[in-house]
Amino acid sequence: MTDIKFEDALARLEQIVDTLEAGNLPLEESLKAFEEGIGLARRCARYLEEAEKRIELLTKDEAGLLRAEPFKWVEGEQA
Amino acid sequence: MSERAVYSVSELTARIKAQLETGFPAVWVQGEISNLRTPGSGHAYFTLKDETAQLRAVLFRGRGRRVRFEPEDGMQVLAFGGLDVYAARGEYQLVVELLEPKGVGALQYAFEQLKRRLEAEGLFDRARKRPLPVYPRVIGIVTSPTGAAIRDMLNIIGRRFGDLHILIVPVRVQGDEAPGEIVAALAALSEVAALDVVIVGRGGGSIEDLWAFNDERVARAIVACRVPVISAVGHETDFTIADFVADLRAPTPSGAAELVVREKLAVIEGLVELHARLRGAMATQLARWNERVIGLARRRVLTEPGRALRDSNRRLDEARGALHAAVRAHHRLLLHRVELKTNALSSQHPLARISHGAAVLAQLRGRLAASATHRATHSRHRLAAAVGRLQSLSPLAVLGRGYSLTRRVPSGEVVRGAVGLRVGDAIEVLLGEGALGARVTDVKERDDRHQV
Repeated sequence: MTDIKFEDALARLEQIVDTLEAGNLPLEESLKAFEEGIGLARRCARYLEEAEKRIELLTKDEAGLLRAEPFKWVEGEQA
Repeated sequence: MSERAVYSVSELTARIKAQLETGFPAVWVQGEISNLRTPGSGHAYFTLKDETAQLRAVLFRGRGRRVRFEPEDGMQVLAFGGLDVYAARGEYQLVVELLEPKGVGALQYAFEQLKRRLEAEGLFDRARKRPLPVYPRVIGIVTSPTGAAIRDMLNIIGRRFGDLHILIVPVRVQGDEAPGEIVAALAALSEVAALDVVIVGRGGGSIEDLWAFNDERVARAIVACRVPVISAVGHETDFTIADFVADLRAPTPSGAAELVVREKLAVIEGLVELHARLRGAMATQLARWNERVIGLARRRVLTEPGRALRDSNRRLDEARGALHAAVRAHHRLLLHRVELKTNALSSQHPLARISHGAAVLAQLRGRLAASATHRATHSRHRLAAAVGRLQSLSPLAVLGRGYSLTRRVPSGEVVRGAVGLRVGDAIEVLLGEGALGARVTDVKERDDRHQV
Protein backbone atom coordinates (compact mmCIF):
# COMPACT_ATOMS: atom_id res chain seq x y z
CA MET A 1 0.00 0.00 0.00
CA THR A 2 2.24 2.73 -1.24
CA ASP A 3 0.11 4.53 -3.77
CA ILE A 4 -2.87 5.06 -1.53
CA LYS A 5 -3.09 5.69 2.20
CA PHE A 6 -4.66 3.07 4.41
CA GLU A 7 -7.24 5.52 5.72
CA ASP A 8 -8.19 6.55 2.18
CA ALA A 9 -8.43 2.94 1.08
CA LEU A 10 -10.67 2.13 4.01
CA ALA A 11 -12.85 5.17 3.36
CA ARG A 12 -13.17 4.20 -0.31
CA LEU A 13 -14.03 0.63 0.69
CA GLU A 14 -16.78 1.89 2.99
CA GLN A 15 -18.15 4.06 0.21
CA ILE A 16 -18.21 1.13 -2.21
CA VAL A 17 -19.98 -1.10 0.29
CA ASP A 18 -22.59 1.60 0.94
CA THR A 19 -23.19 2.04 -2.78
CA LEU A 20 -23.46 -1.68 -3.40
CA GLU A 21 -25.84 -2.12 -0.50
CA ALA A 22 -28.04 0.63 -1.86
CA GLY A 23 -28.39 -1.61 -4.91
CA ASN A 24 -28.85 1.09 -7.52
CA LEU A 25 -25.90 0.26 -9.71
CA PRO A 26 -26.24 -1.43 -13.08
CA LEU A 27 -24.81 -4.96 -13.12
CA GLU A 28 -21.61 -4.04 -14.92
CA GLU A 29 -20.85 -1.24 -12.50
CA SER A 30 -21.76 -3.43 -9.55
CA LEU A 31 -19.19 -5.98 -10.63
CA LYS A 32 -16.60 -3.28 -11.20
CA ALA A 33 -17.27 -1.78 -7.77
CA PHE A 34 -17.13 -5.21 -6.17
CA GLU A 35 -13.79 -5.99 -7.74
CA GLU A 36 -12.40 -2.67 -6.60
CA GLY A 37 -13.79 -3.29 -3.11
CA ILE A 38 -12.24 -6.74 -2.85
CA GLY A 39 -8.94 -5.29 -4.01
CA LEU A 40 -9.11 -2.55 -1.38
CA ALA A 41 -10.05 -5.02 1.36
CA ARG A 42 -7.05 -7.21 0.47
CA ARG A 43 -4.71 -4.25 0.45
CA CYS A 44 -5.99 -3.02 3.80
CA ALA A 45 -5.59 -6.47 5.31
CA ARG A 46 -2.11 -6.77 3.87
CA TYR A 47 -1.21 -3.38 5.28
CA LEU A 48 -2.21 -4.50 8.76
CA GLU A 49 -0.42 -7.82 8.41
CA GLU A 50 2.70 -6.11 7.21
CA ALA A 51 3.22 -4.64 10.66
CA GLU A 52 5.85 -7.00 11.93
CA LYS A 53 5.82 -8.45 15.35
CA ARG A 54 9.01 -6.96 16.59
CA ILE A 55 10.07 -5.92 20.04
CA GLU A 56 13.20 -3.86 20.25
CA LEU A 57 15.14 -1.89 22.78
CA LEU A 58 15.95 1.60 21.60
CA THR A 59 19.17 2.89 23.13
CA LYS A 60 21.80 5.46 22.36
CA ASP A 61 25.37 4.34 21.80
CA GLU A 62 28.50 6.13 22.98
CA ALA A 63 28.32 8.50 20.02
CA GLY A 64 24.76 9.41 20.96
CA LEU A 65 23.24 7.61 17.97
CA LEU A 66 20.02 5.66 18.35
CA ARG A 67 20.38 1.92 18.16
CA ALA A 68 17.69 -0.74 18.20
CA GLU A 69 18.44 -4.23 19.46
CA PRO A 70 16.06 -7.15 19.93
CA PHE A 71 14.45 -7.25 23.32
CA LYS A 72 14.52 -10.64 24.94
CA TRP A 73 11.18 -11.37 26.34
CA VAL A 74 9.33 -14.56 27.00
CA GLU A 75 5.59 -14.35 27.06
CA GLY A 76 4.13 -14.86 30.49
CA GLU A 77 7.52 -14.74 32.16
CA GLN A 78 7.41 -13.58 35.71
CA ALA A 79 10.30 -11.66 37.24
CA MET B 1 32.57 41.92 96.88
CA SER B 2 33.49 39.44 94.40
CA GLU B 3 34.91 40.52 91.17
CA ARG B 4 32.33 41.11 88.54
CA ALA B 5 32.32 38.65 85.66
CA VAL B 6 32.49 40.80 82.58
CA TYR B 7 32.30 39.37 79.09
CA SER B 8 33.23 41.12 76.00
CA VAL B 9 30.47 41.14 73.38
CA SER B 10 32.43 38.66 71.39
CA GLU B 11 32.93 36.39 74.36
CA LEU B 12 29.28 36.48 75.29
CA THR B 13 28.18 35.98 71.73
CA ALA B 14 30.57 33.07 71.41
CA ARG B 15 29.11 31.51 74.53
CA ILE B 16 25.55 32.07 73.32
CA LYS B 17 26.50 30.65 69.95
CA ALA B 18 28.03 27.59 71.58
CA GLN B 19 25.03 27.10 73.84
CA LEU B 20 22.45 27.58 71.09
CA GLU B 21 24.18 25.57 68.44
CA THR B 22 24.91 22.63 70.69
CA GLY B 23 21.60 22.95 72.55
CA PHE B 24 19.44 23.05 69.39
CA PRO B 25 21.39 21.19 66.69
CA ALA B 26 18.31 19.62 65.19
CA VAL B 27 14.79 20.80 65.91
CA TRP B 28 11.39 20.83 64.25
CA VAL B 29 9.71 24.20 64.30
CA GLN B 30 6.22 24.96 63.22
CA GLY B 31 5.26 28.41 61.96
CA GLU B 32 4.09 30.59 59.14
CA ILE B 33 6.46 31.77 56.44
CA SER B 34 6.65 35.52 56.03
CA ASN B 35 8.93 38.08 54.51
CA LEU B 36 10.31 35.51 52.04
CA ARG B 37 13.26 36.73 49.96
CA THR B 38 15.14 34.75 47.32
CA PRO B 39 18.08 36.85 46.13
CA GLY B 40 20.31 35.86 43.23
CA SER B 41 22.43 33.61 45.38
CA GLY B 42 19.60 31.07 45.28
CA HIS B 43 19.33 30.93 49.05
CA ALA B 44 15.93 31.61 50.51
CA TYR B 45 15.56 33.89 53.53
CA PHE B 46 12.36 34.13 55.47
CA THR B 47 10.83 34.54 58.88
CA LEU B 48 8.93 31.88 60.69
CA LYS B 49 6.35 33.37 62.97
CA ASP B 50 3.38 32.61 65.14
CA GLU B 51 1.08 34.91 67.12
CA THR B 52 3.72 36.16 69.55
CA ALA B 53 7.19 35.43 68.21
CA GLN B 54 9.39 35.43 65.14
CA LEU B 55 12.35 33.33 64.08
CA ARG B 56 14.70 34.10 61.24
CA ALA B 57 15.35 31.21 58.92
CA VAL B 58 17.49 30.49 55.89
CA LEU B 59 17.27 27.75 53.29
CA PHE B 60 20.60 27.40 51.54
CA ARG B 61 20.51 26.58 47.87
CA GLY B 62 22.30 23.24 48.15
CA ARG B 63 19.97 22.04 50.85
CA GLY B 64 16.90 23.53 49.25
CA ARG B 65 17.13 20.81 46.62
CA ARG B 66 15.67 18.45 49.15
CA VAL B 67 12.63 20.65 49.45
CA ARG B 68 10.19 19.48 46.78
CA PHE B 69 7.90 22.49 46.79
CA GLU B 70 8.43 26.20 46.62
CA PRO B 71 7.96 28.12 49.90
CA GLU B 72 5.45 30.93 49.81
CA ASP B 73 4.56 33.70 52.21
CA GLY B 74 1.67 32.79 54.48
CA MET B 75 2.34 29.08 54.21
CA GLN B 76 2.16 27.04 57.40
CA VAL B 77 5.24 24.84 57.49
CA LEU B 78 7.21 22.41 59.57
CA ALA B 79 10.88 23.31 59.35
CA PHE B 80 13.67 21.01 60.45
CA GLY B 81 17.14 22.30 61.09
CA GLY B 82 19.66 23.66 63.56
CA LEU B 83 20.08 27.07 65.15
CA ASP B 84 22.94 29.23 63.94
CA VAL B 85 24.18 32.44 65.55
CA TYR B 86 25.45 35.17 63.24
CA ALA B 87 27.88 36.93 65.55
CA ALA B 88 28.61 39.91 63.31
CA ARG B 89 25.03 41.09 63.64
CA GLY B 90 24.05 39.53 66.89
CA GLU B 91 21.36 37.52 65.25
CA TYR B 92 20.41 33.90 65.32
CA GLN B 93 18.53 31.99 62.68
CA LEU B 94 17.28 28.53 61.85
CA VAL B 95 19.25 26.85 59.12
CA VAL B 96 16.55 24.80 57.43
CA GLU B 97 17.40 21.32 56.27
CA LEU B 98 13.88 20.12 55.56
CA LEU B 99 10.73 22.05 54.97
CA GLU B 100 7.25 20.53 54.75
CA PRO B 101 3.92 22.19 54.30
CA LYS B 102 1.89 21.60 57.40
CA GLY B 103 -1.14 19.38 56.97
CA VAL B 104 -0.24 17.83 53.62
CA GLY B 105 2.99 16.18 52.65
CA ALA B 106 5.55 18.22 50.83
CA LEU B 107 5.26 16.12 47.72
CA GLN B 108 1.53 16.48 47.68
CA TYR B 109 1.92 20.21 48.06
CA ALA B 110 4.44 20.42 45.24
CA PHE B 111 2.14 18.32 43.12
CA GLU B 112 -0.75 20.71 43.66
CA GLN B 113 1.47 23.67 42.89
CA LEU B 114 2.77 22.28 39.62
CA LYS B 115 -0.67 21.09 38.68
CA ARG B 116 -2.13 24.56 39.19
CA ARG B 117 0.64 26.16 37.17
CA LEU B 118 0.48 23.80 34.19
CA GLU B 119 -3.29 23.90 34.22
CA ALA B 120 -3.16 27.70 34.09
CA GLU B 121 -0.87 27.35 31.07
CA GLY B 122 -3.56 25.32 29.36
CA LEU B 123 -1.55 22.12 29.15
CA PHE B 124 -4.47 20.06 30.47
CA ASP B 125 -6.97 21.43 27.97
CA ARG B 126 -9.03 18.81 26.23
CA ALA B 127 -8.70 20.71 22.98
CA ARG B 128 -4.95 20.14 23.13
CA LYS B 129 -5.29 16.36 23.36
CA ARG B 130 -4.63 14.39 20.23
CA PRO B 131 -6.68 11.33 19.33
CA LEU B 132 -4.97 7.95 19.38
CA PRO B 133 -3.95 6.71 15.96
CA VAL B 134 -6.60 4.36 14.67
CA TYR B 135 -4.07 2.19 12.87
CA PRO B 136 -1.02 2.01 15.13
CA ARG B 137 1.87 -0.06 13.84
CA VAL B 138 4.88 1.20 15.74
CA ILE B 139 4.49 1.76 19.45
CA GLY B 140 7.11 3.38 21.64
CA ILE B 141 7.23 2.42 25.29
CA VAL B 142 9.17 4.48 27.80
CA THR B 143 9.57 2.52 31.00
CA SER B 144 11.89 0.34 32.97
CA PRO B 145 12.92 -2.73 30.95
CA THR B 146 12.92 -4.84 34.09
CA GLY B 147 9.77 -3.63 35.83
CA ALA B 148 6.37 -5.19 36.13
CA ALA B 149 4.90 -2.58 33.80
CA ILE B 150 6.74 -3.69 30.66
CA ARG B 151 5.97 -7.32 31.47
CA ASP B 152 2.26 -6.57 31.82
CA MET B 153 2.13 -4.54 28.62
CA LEU B 154 4.01 -7.08 26.52
CA ASN B 155 1.88 -9.86 27.93
CA ILE B 156 -1.29 -8.14 26.85
CA ILE B 157 -0.03 -7.04 23.48
CA GLY B 158 1.55 -10.44 22.82
CA ARG B 159 -1.49 -12.38 23.92
CA ARG B 160 -4.15 -10.28 22.21
CA PHE B 161 -2.37 -8.99 19.21
CA GLY B 162 1.09 -9.91 18.20
CA ASP B 163 1.96 -8.09 15.08
CA LEU B 164 2.95 -4.73 16.40
CA HIS B 165 6.39 -3.21 16.25
CA ILE B 166 7.29 -2.19 19.77
CA LEU B 167 10.21 0.05 20.57
CA ILE B 168 11.13 0.02 24.22
CA VAL B 169 13.26 2.87 25.50
CA PRO B 170 14.71 1.73 28.80
CA VAL B 171 14.73 4.34 31.53
CA ARG B 172 14.89 4.52 35.28
CA VAL B 173 11.41 5.31 36.53
CA GLN B 174 12.31 6.48 40.02
CA GLY B 175 15.07 8.44 41.65
CA ASP B 176 16.66 11.73 40.81
CA GLU B 177 17.90 10.56 37.41
CA ALA B 178 14.51 9.33 36.26
CA PRO B 179 13.00 12.60 34.95
CA GLY B 180 16.03 13.39 32.80
CA GLU B 181 16.06 9.87 31.33
CA ILE B 182 12.36 9.97 30.57
CA VAL B 183 12.72 13.34 28.85
CA ALA B 184 15.65 12.01 26.79
CA ALA B 185 13.69 8.86 25.89
CA LEU B 186 10.74 10.88 24.61
CA ALA B 187 13.13 12.99 22.54
CA ALA B 188 14.79 9.86 21.13
CA LEU B 189 11.45 8.35 20.16
CA SER B 190 10.48 11.55 18.39
CA GLU B 191 13.28 10.79 15.95
CA VAL B 192 11.69 7.49 14.92
CA ALA B 193 9.75 8.41 11.82
CA ALA B 194 7.35 5.46 11.75
CA LEU B 195 6.29 5.94 15.36
CA ASP B 196 2.53 6.05 15.87
CA VAL B 197 2.03 6.36 19.62
CA VAL B 198 4.01 6.39 22.87
CA ILE B 199 3.21 4.80 26.19
CA VAL B 200 5.09 6.25 29.12
CA GLY B 201 4.70 4.81 32.57
CA ARG B 202 5.63 2.45 35.33
CA GLY B 203 4.04 0.11 37.83
CA GLY B 204 2.58 1.06 41.15
CA GLY B 205 4.50 2.49 44.07
CA SER B 206 4.52 5.13 46.75
CA ILE B 207 4.07 8.80 45.89
CA GLU B 208 7.87 9.13 46.09
CA ASP B 209 8.29 6.23 43.69
CA LEU B 210 5.97 7.84 41.18
CA TRP B 211 7.52 11.23 41.64
CA ALA B 212 9.40 11.32 38.34
CA PHE B 213 6.03 11.52 36.63
CA ASN B 214 5.21 14.65 38.57
CA ASP B 215 8.32 16.36 37.25
CA GLU B 216 7.72 19.48 35.27
CA ARG B 217 10.37 18.55 32.67
CA VAL B 218 8.65 15.22 32.07
CA ALA B 219 5.30 16.96 31.75
CA ARG B 220 6.67 19.37 29.16
CA ALA B 221 8.41 16.58 27.24
CA ILE B 222 5.09 14.71 27.02
CA VAL B 223 3.38 17.84 25.72
CA ALA B 224 6.15 18.34 23.18
CA CYS B 225 6.14 14.73 21.93
CA ARG B 226 5.55 14.44 18.18
CA VAL B 227 2.98 11.64 18.48
CA PRO B 228 0.14 11.07 20.95
CA VAL B 229 1.26 9.95 24.40
CA ILE B 230 -0.58 7.56 26.68
CA SER B 231 0.36 7.84 30.34
CA ALA B 232 0.25 4.70 32.40
CA VAL B 233 1.55 5.38 35.85
CA GLY B 234 0.93 3.18 38.86
CA HIS B 235 -2.53 2.03 39.73
CA GLU B 236 -5.92 3.32 38.76
CA THR B 237 -6.10 5.58 41.82
CA ASP B 238 -2.73 7.21 41.18
CA PHE B 239 -2.86 10.50 39.38
CA THR B 240 0.35 12.18 38.26
CA ILE B 241 1.07 15.34 36.35
CA ALA B 242 2.02 13.11 33.41
CA ASP B 243 -1.55 11.78 33.43
CA PHE B 244 -2.96 15.29 33.16
CA VAL B 245 -0.79 16.39 30.25
CA ALA B 246 -0.85 13.10 28.34
CA ASP B 247 -3.20 12.79 25.38
CA LEU B 248 -4.82 9.84 27.09
CA ARG B 249 -4.49 8.47 30.60
CA ALA B 250 -4.54 4.74 30.99
CA PRO B 251 -5.40 3.54 34.48
CA THR B 252 -2.50 1.08 34.45
CA PRO B 253 0.25 -0.07 32.07
CA SER B 254 -1.91 -3.06 31.16
CA GLY B 255 -4.73 -0.67 30.45
CA ALA B 256 -2.49 1.29 28.09
CA ALA B 257 -1.58 -1.86 26.20
CA GLU B 258 -5.23 -2.77 25.93
CA LEU B 259 -6.12 0.68 24.60
CA VAL B 260 -3.56 0.34 21.82
CA VAL B 261 -4.55 -3.20 20.99
CA ARG B 262 -8.24 -2.41 21.11
CA GLU B 263 -7.83 0.35 18.56
CA LYS B 264 -6.09 -2.01 16.21
CA LEU B 265 -8.54 -4.83 16.88
CA ALA B 266 -11.36 -2.44 16.10
CA VAL B 267 -9.76 -1.68 12.76
CA ILE B 268 -9.36 -5.36 11.92
CA GLU B 269 -12.93 -6.08 12.94
CA GLY B 270 -14.14 -3.12 10.93
CA LEU B 271 -12.24 -4.38 7.92
CA VAL B 272 -13.59 -7.90 8.31
CA GLU B 273 -17.10 -6.52 8.60
CA LEU B 274 -16.65 -4.32 5.55
CA HIS B 275 -15.40 -7.30 3.61
CA ALA B 276 -18.42 -9.34 4.64
CA ARG B 277 -20.78 -6.51 3.75
CA LEU B 278 -19.08 -6.11 0.40
CA ARG B 279 -19.57 -9.79 -0.39
CA GLY B 280 -23.10 -9.75 0.97
CA ALA B 281 -24.08 -6.71 -1.07
CA MET B 282 -22.62 -8.22 -4.22
CA ALA B 283 -24.33 -11.54 -3.57
CA THR B 284 -27.63 -9.71 -3.09
CA GLN B 285 -27.06 -7.78 -6.29
CA LEU B 286 -26.21 -10.92 -8.23
CA ALA B 287 -29.20 -12.76 -6.80
CA ARG B 288 -31.45 -9.92 -7.89
CA TRP B 289 -30.02 -9.88 -11.39
CA ASN B 290 -30.19 -13.65 -11.51
CA GLU B 291 -33.82 -13.57 -10.49
CA ARG B 292 -34.58 -11.15 -13.27
CA VAL B 293 -32.82 -13.33 -15.79
CA ILE B 294 -34.64 -16.42 -14.57
CA GLY B 295 -37.91 -14.53 -14.54
CA LEU B 296 -37.37 -13.49 -18.12
CA ALA B 297 -36.31 -16.97 -19.13
CA ARG B 298 -39.53 -18.36 -17.70
CA ARG B 299 -41.62 -16.29 -20.07
CA ARG B 300 -43.42 -18.48 -22.69
CA VAL B 301 -41.71 -16.93 -25.67
CA LEU B 302 -38.50 -18.31 -24.33
CA THR B 303 -39.66 -21.57 -22.73
CA GLU B 304 -41.91 -22.54 -25.73
CA PRO B 305 -40.70 -20.66 -28.73
CA GLY B 306 -43.11 -22.74 -31.00
CA ARG B 307 -46.15 -21.86 -29.00
CA ALA B 308 -46.64 -18.39 -30.40
CA LEU B 309 -46.25 -19.80 -33.90
CA ARG B 310 -48.81 -22.50 -33.19
CA ASP B 311 -51.20 -19.93 -31.87
CA SER B 312 -50.73 -17.89 -34.99
CA ASN B 313 -51.26 -20.92 -37.19
CA ARG B 314 -54.42 -21.79 -35.38
CA ARG B 315 -55.73 -18.31 -35.73
CA LEU B 316 -54.75 -18.39 -39.38
CA ASP B 317 -56.61 -21.69 -39.86
CA GLU B 318 -59.69 -20.29 -38.18
CA ALA B 319 -59.57 -17.17 -40.30
CA ARG B 320 -59.12 -19.25 -43.41
CA GLY B 321 -62.15 -21.42 -42.51
CA ALA B 322 -64.25 -18.36 -41.84
CA LEU B 323 -63.15 -16.87 -45.10
CA HIS B 324 -64.11 -20.02 -47.01
CA ALA B 325 -67.49 -20.16 -45.35
CA ALA B 326 -68.11 -16.53 -46.13
CA VAL B 327 -67.11 -17.00 -49.72
CA ARG B 328 -69.34 -20.03 -50.04
CA ALA B 329 -72.26 -18.20 -48.47
CA HIS B 330 -71.77 -15.28 -50.74
CA HIS B 331 -71.57 -17.61 -53.68
CA ARG B 332 -74.81 -19.25 -52.72
CA LEU B 333 -76.45 -15.86 -52.37
CA LEU B 334 -75.27 -14.83 -55.78
CA LEU B 335 -76.58 -18.08 -57.30
CA HIS B 336 -79.95 -17.55 -55.69
CA ARG B 337 -80.13 -14.02 -56.98
CA VAL B 338 -79.21 -15.17 -60.47
CA GLU B 339 -81.94 -17.78 -60.27
CA LEU B 340 -84.48 -15.20 -59.18
CA LYS B 341 -83.46 -12.85 -61.94
CA THR B 342 -83.60 -15.64 -64.46
CA ASN B 343 -87.13 -16.46 -63.44
CA ALA B 344 -88.13 -12.81 -63.52
CA LEU B 345 -86.48 -12.44 -66.87
CA SER B 346 -88.26 -15.44 -68.36
CA SER B 347 -91.63 -14.04 -67.24
CA GLN B 348 -90.83 -10.91 -69.16
CA HIS B 349 -90.41 -12.82 -72.35
CA PRO B 350 -92.69 -11.14 -75.14
CA LEU B 351 -94.61 -14.33 -75.90
CA ALA B 352 -95.31 -14.99 -72.27
CA ARG B 353 -96.44 -11.47 -71.76
CA ILE B 354 -98.92 -11.69 -74.65
CA SER B 355 -100.58 -14.85 -73.40
CA HIS B 356 -100.67 -13.52 -69.90
CA GLY B 357 -102.27 -10.26 -71.11
CA ALA B 358 -104.98 -12.11 -72.97
CA ALA B 359 -105.87 -14.11 -69.89
CA VAL B 360 -106.06 -10.98 -67.80
CA LEU B 361 -108.22 -9.30 -70.41
CA ALA B 362 -110.73 -12.12 -70.44
CA GLN B 363 -110.91 -12.15 -66.71
CA LEU B 364 -111.47 -8.38 -66.55
CA ARG B 365 -114.25 -8.64 -69.08
CA GLY B 366 -116.07 -11.15 -66.93
CA ARG B 367 -115.66 -9.11 -63.81
CA LEU B 368 -116.89 -5.96 -65.61
CA ALA B 369 -120.12 -7.62 -66.69
CA ALA B 370 -120.82 -9.03 -63.24
CA SER B 371 -120.19 -5.79 -61.45
CA ALA B 372 -122.62 -3.73 -63.59
CA THR B 373 -125.75 -5.27 -61.98
CA HIS B 374 -124.22 -5.75 -58.63
CA ARG B 375 -123.27 -2.11 -58.39
CA ALA B 376 -126.89 -0.83 -58.90
CA THR B 377 -128.36 -2.68 -55.87
CA HIS B 378 -125.32 -1.96 -53.82
CA SER B 379 -125.73 1.79 -54.42
CA ARG B 380 -129.27 1.70 -53.20
CA HIS B 381 -128.33 -0.01 -50.00
CA ARG B 382 -125.58 2.49 -49.37
CA LEU B 383 -127.97 5.41 -49.90
CA ALA B 384 -130.46 4.09 -47.37
CA ALA B 385 -127.76 3.52 -44.84
CA ALA B 386 -126.38 7.02 -45.33
CA VAL B 387 -129.78 8.63 -44.81
CA GLY B 388 -130.29 6.63 -41.65
CA ARG B 389 -126.92 7.68 -40.27
CA LEU B 390 -127.59 11.30 -41.27
CA GLN B 391 -130.84 11.36 -39.34
CA SER B 392 -129.24 9.89 -36.25
CA LEU B 393 -126.55 12.59 -36.41
CA SER B 394 -128.96 15.54 -36.81
CA PRO B 395 -128.70 17.88 -33.82
CA LEU B 396 -132.39 18.26 -34.03
CA ALA B 397 -132.83 14.58 -33.31
CA VAL B 398 -131.86 15.15 -29.61
CA LEU B 399 -134.54 17.81 -29.24
CA GLY B 400 -137.07 14.97 -29.19
CA ARG B 401 -135.49 13.88 -25.84
CA GLY B 402 -136.45 17.26 -24.21
CA TYR B 403 -133.37 19.35 -25.05
CA SER B 404 -133.87 22.72 -26.75
CA LEU B 405 -131.70 24.87 -28.95
CA THR B 406 -131.49 28.65 -28.43
CA ARG B 407 -130.48 30.90 -31.27
CA ARG B 408 -130.07 34.65 -31.53
CA VAL B 409 -132.53 36.54 -33.64
CA PRO B 410 -131.99 37.48 -36.36
CA SER B 411 -128.40 36.16 -36.73
CA GLY B 412 -129.42 32.59 -36.03
CA GLU B 413 -126.14 32.11 -34.02
CA VAL B 414 -126.52 29.27 -31.54
CA VAL B 415 -126.37 30.52 -27.95
CA ARG B 416 -123.86 28.39 -25.93
CA GLY B 417 -123.63 30.59 -22.87
CA ALA B 418 -125.17 33.63 -21.16
CA VAL B 419 -122.19 35.81 -21.90
CA GLY B 420 -122.96 38.35 -24.62
CA LEU B 421 -126.70 38.34 -24.06
CA ARG B 422 -128.49 41.25 -22.50
CA VAL B 423 -131.90 41.68 -21.03
CA GLY B 424 -134.36 42.35 -23.80
CA ASP B 425 -132.44 40.56 -26.57
CA ALA B 426 -134.69 38.54 -28.92
CA ILE B 427 -133.98 34.82 -29.04
CA GLU B 428 -135.53 31.79 -30.74
CA VAL B 429 -135.93 28.50 -28.87
CA LEU B 430 -136.17 25.37 -31.05
CA LEU B 431 -138.01 22.53 -29.36
CA GLY B 432 -138.53 18.88 -30.28
CA GLU B 433 -141.58 19.95 -32.11
CA GLY B 434 -142.08 23.57 -32.97
CA ALA B 435 -140.26 26.72 -31.89
CA LEU B 436 -140.68 29.67 -29.49
CA GLY B 437 -139.93 33.34 -30.03
CA ALA B 438 -138.73 34.88 -26.74
CA ARG B 439 -136.82 37.74 -25.06
CA VAL B 440 -134.19 37.58 -22.40
CA THR B 441 -135.54 38.71 -19.03
CA ASP B 442 -132.49 37.92 -16.89
CA VAL B 443 -128.78 37.15 -17.52
CA LYS B 444 -126.74 35.01 -15.12
CA GLU B 445 -123.26 34.54 -16.49
CA ARG B 446 -122.60 31.90 -13.75
CA ASP B 447 -125.22 29.81 -12.04
CA ASP B 448 -125.20 27.34 -9.20
CA ARG B 449 -125.41 24.17 -11.21
CA HIS B 450 -123.25 21.32 -10.19
CA GLN B 451 -120.34 21.11 -12.45
CA VAL B 452 -120.11 17.77 -14.12
